[in-house]
Amino acid sequence: MSATPVETLVSSLGSLDVPVERTPPEGFDEALAPHLGSPAVGVSLDGAGVSLAGTDVTVDPTPAELKAAHTGVTTGAFAVADYGSVVIPSAADGTELVSLYVDRHVAVVDARDVLPGMEAAFDRFGETIRADGLSAIVATGPSATADMGALVRGAHGPSDVRVVLVERGDGGAERAGDGSDETTGDESGTERGGDDR
Amino acid sequence: MTDAAELREIMSSEGEAVGVNTRGFNRGRYESTARLPDYEQLKTEARTIKEDAIERLPALVDQLRTTIESNGGTVYVADDADDANRYVREVVADRGASRVAKSKSMTSEEIEVNDALEADGVDVVETDLGEWVLQVADEAPSHIVAPAIHKSREAIADLFNERFDPEEPLETAEELTRFARDHLGELVDDAEVGMTGANFITADTGTLALVTSEGNARKTVAGTDTQIAVAGVEKVVPSVEDLRPFVELIGRSGTGQDITSYVSLLTPPVGTPTVDFADDETPLSELDADREFHLVLIDNGRMAMRDDEELKETLYCIRCSACSNSCANFQEVGGHAFGGETYSGGIATGWETGIEGLDTAAEFNDLCTGCTRCVNACPVGIDIPWINTVVRDRINRSDGERFDFLVDGLTPDAEGREDDDGGSPPLGKRFFGNFETVAKLGSATAPLSNWVADTGLARRAMDRVLGIDPRRELPSFERETLVEWFADRDATVDDPVRRAVLYPDLYTNHVQVERGKAAVRVLEALGVDVVVPPAPSSGRAPLSQGMIATARDHAERVTDALLPHVDDGREVVVIEPSDHALFEREYERLLPAERHDRLRANSYEVLEYVYGLLENGASADALAEGAGERVAYHGHCQQRTLGGDAYTTAVLERRGFDVATSDVECCGMAGSFGYKRDYYEVSVAAGEELAAQFTADDTEDRTVVASGTSCLDQLDHLLDRESRHPVQLLDDRSEERNVR
Repeated sequence: MSATPVETLVSSLGSLDVPVERTPPEGFDEALAPHLGSPAVGVSLDGAGVSLAGTDVTVDPTPAELKAAHTGVTTGAFAVADYGSVVIPSAADGTELVSLYVDRHVAVVDARDVLPGMEAAFDRFGETIRADGLSAIVATGPSATADMGALVRGAHGPSDVRVVLVERGDGGAERAGDGSDETTGDESGTERGGDDR
Repeated sequence: MTDAAELREIMSSEGEAVGVNTRGFNRGRYESTARLPDYEQLKTEARTIKEDAIERLPALVDQLRTTIESNGGTVYVADDADDANRYVREVVADRGASRVAKSKSMTSEEIEVNDALEADGVDVVETDLGEWVLQVADEAPSHIVAPAIHKSREAIADLFNERFDPEEPLETAEELTRFARDHLGELVDDAEVGMTGANFITADTGTLALVTSEGNARKTVAGTDTQIAVAGVEKVVPSVEDLRPFVELIGRSGTGQDITSYVSLLTPPVGTPTVDFADDETPLSELDADREFHLVLIDNGRMAMRDDEELKETLYCIRCSACSNSCANFQEVGGHAFGGETYSGGIATGWETGIEGLDTAAEFNDLCTGCTRCVNACPVGIDIPWINTVVRDRINRSDGERFDFLVDGLTPDAEGREDDDGGSPPLGKRFFGNFETVAKLGSATAPLSNWVADTGLARRAMDRVLGIDPRRELPSFERETLVEWFADRDATVDDPVRRAVLYPDLYTNHVQVERGKAAVRVLEALGVDVVVPPAPSSGRAPLSQGMIATARDHAERVTDALLPHVDDGREVVVIEPSDHALFEREYERLLPAERHDRLRANSYEVLEYVYGLLENGASADALAEGAGERVAYHGHCQQRTLGGDAYTTAVLERRGFDVATSDVECCGMAGSFGYKRDYYEVSVAAGEELAAQFTADDTEDRTVVASGTSCLDQLDHLLDRESRHPVQLLDDRSEERNVR
């Protein structure tokens, strides 16, 4: 009766009120479309094995285009099922900026990159960071604050997060090898304004 | 020390907002940690990592410096606040920066870097919304995680409307948040330098972990080209994998979030390109990521704390705020009263002693009553009450010369015997610390002592000289002590199933004698051979006043009195839960391990013992039947920390009582605390939370039951109906079942 990591992720995202879309690669454009506000910008989704070429998303925007965008589409390097978290790498293509300076962030994650929990996640971080000096954000739900007297979704970061899971026909067996390179991210967020204490 | 008038003012202006928020966080902690299957195991892991990291700290700092420098960053270890600020000012000046965007950092509050930069004409913008509210209001944080917790939505709206005069007055939390985000967003976009703290820093990779929710720390780093991270030197952990337990525990332990929205793992240099949002030609991928990174590690007393066996544990603190939120007193007064220069809550006594000194800790240290509710809440298992006790002892010894001449003879304690150069506790503390002497005298002269003590003249003298609040009823001493009553009795058990020594704690022996008699009868009814020998008081009273030497003397004499009975095959049964908890926990600090182990292994709280008897086949029919009687039970704080309250509930339910339980952390009485003039009103405010739970629709008709002497005193003070100890409910032959 134990759920697969993907099922757990879907359930965790549900409890965070983060809409999630599961799609095969060939259905990606249609799956993404309802989650795009306008204007939408994005970065390459190679890491998730899909492309934004057939969508209305402006890929590799200028800073001005990013600032004006409603929706930002990026990959998530991987996801953490127990928490509904998506890992956003601070990569040279501007993934972090596209996930941050928008009202809505859409994270595209390869279903084979869904890890069960934080132990697996930090094992992967350890390998990856020691190898490549990666920086990344573990993002869970939209940005949020309770500093103004009640919980508000949408503080400095996006108020709305969506996840698109790309599932291949082999049932989503975990990708071999891993631990090396990046992908992109998504994020999400929960509640109150914690922070560096 | 904060006095009654100051505490009253703070409670009146900030208490409600602080109470609602901290109780919400605390409830969230219980719920969130319950969802984590390996919670206890992760706490143990976290503790182990911190112990190891602090042990190896100098080597880890060297490793971290090598790692960060090889990545192109710089590390500066600052001796103190001035040293840190000098370095930060140089970095900012070298960058030619006119604005520094900051994300929340308590360490930056500690060194007061904003003042240092502003003196150079640099604009410093706090981007955390709570911190920004305080920057606008020019106030200090009242909570280490949610700094503006003392301000209501209405107060924030008034502040913004007055200061910024928006076209439409701001009202809702959404409006206030949007306004703040837009206002701050423009300021951050123009900042050259981003300053962050760090929750953890890994020595193996130079990775900073930042635990945040708003996204401002992300923008502070991603939106600027020069990052300065300011962190206490104790934040270094060995490796990336070590972050895992902390990431799973910190949000749950603090605000009750399973995880905060963002955990940034930054390994400078961060690869994200630097942007000018006016640029409408260059795609992001073609921009450079030309960033500078400076890590400023602050000593400021920490390395000396590391060498101080009693304060060292403070360095394990991950600043989650669990000790604040789980504290009944903090819930009433907040960090402006229960805090020092920078830090607040129970652990602040350790931080402020190490960083600022004893004088600062002395301002608020007495607000820790040693209830221990923070102990299990702390994700790294710091014995926060013990740190408070140790610091109180040091404060006593540092400024005790007053009154000494007055108390010779009346206060036969060990304070001052141990070290001749030190001071000793003030008179009020010595009075409460030596309550055994008072109680013995009280019983010997009862009822005259009770009658004299209640006269106006005596109460005024107690108020003036000892600081005992005249609004509190004093304990009424019984002429015949429990030990004396028992000595005149014949044994009633011929063929005992077990043999026990009932410890005649101070309150049961002299004041609440009826509960002691009930305990004897209940144990005998279950086939236990009981003795009640004379025994010294436990040392709880002096320990609570920070009189450790006196408490140790009590501990030694108590074990001298009880261990021979243990060696004779008897088990130690304790009625007063604060004393049982002392045997279990604090005696470990006061006694040789072997003696403590023997006492602890053979000691039981009375209802725990009854539970054990019933589980081992004793007939429950020998006990009074509940027959559906509705009771409201408040377990004692220290008893609940040890998990002991569940036995009481189980036994009462087994006998057919219908039990409702309170869920406040502490009744607020805490031995002498509630008697003290300065703290009476805080104590009552905390007690009212409990009283409210026992006067609700479902509880107002229930029989009030509590295990602790203090809890019973507080409940009697605040409720119209009388309370009693649970063992009295089980005592079929008690002539005065309804009176304790």
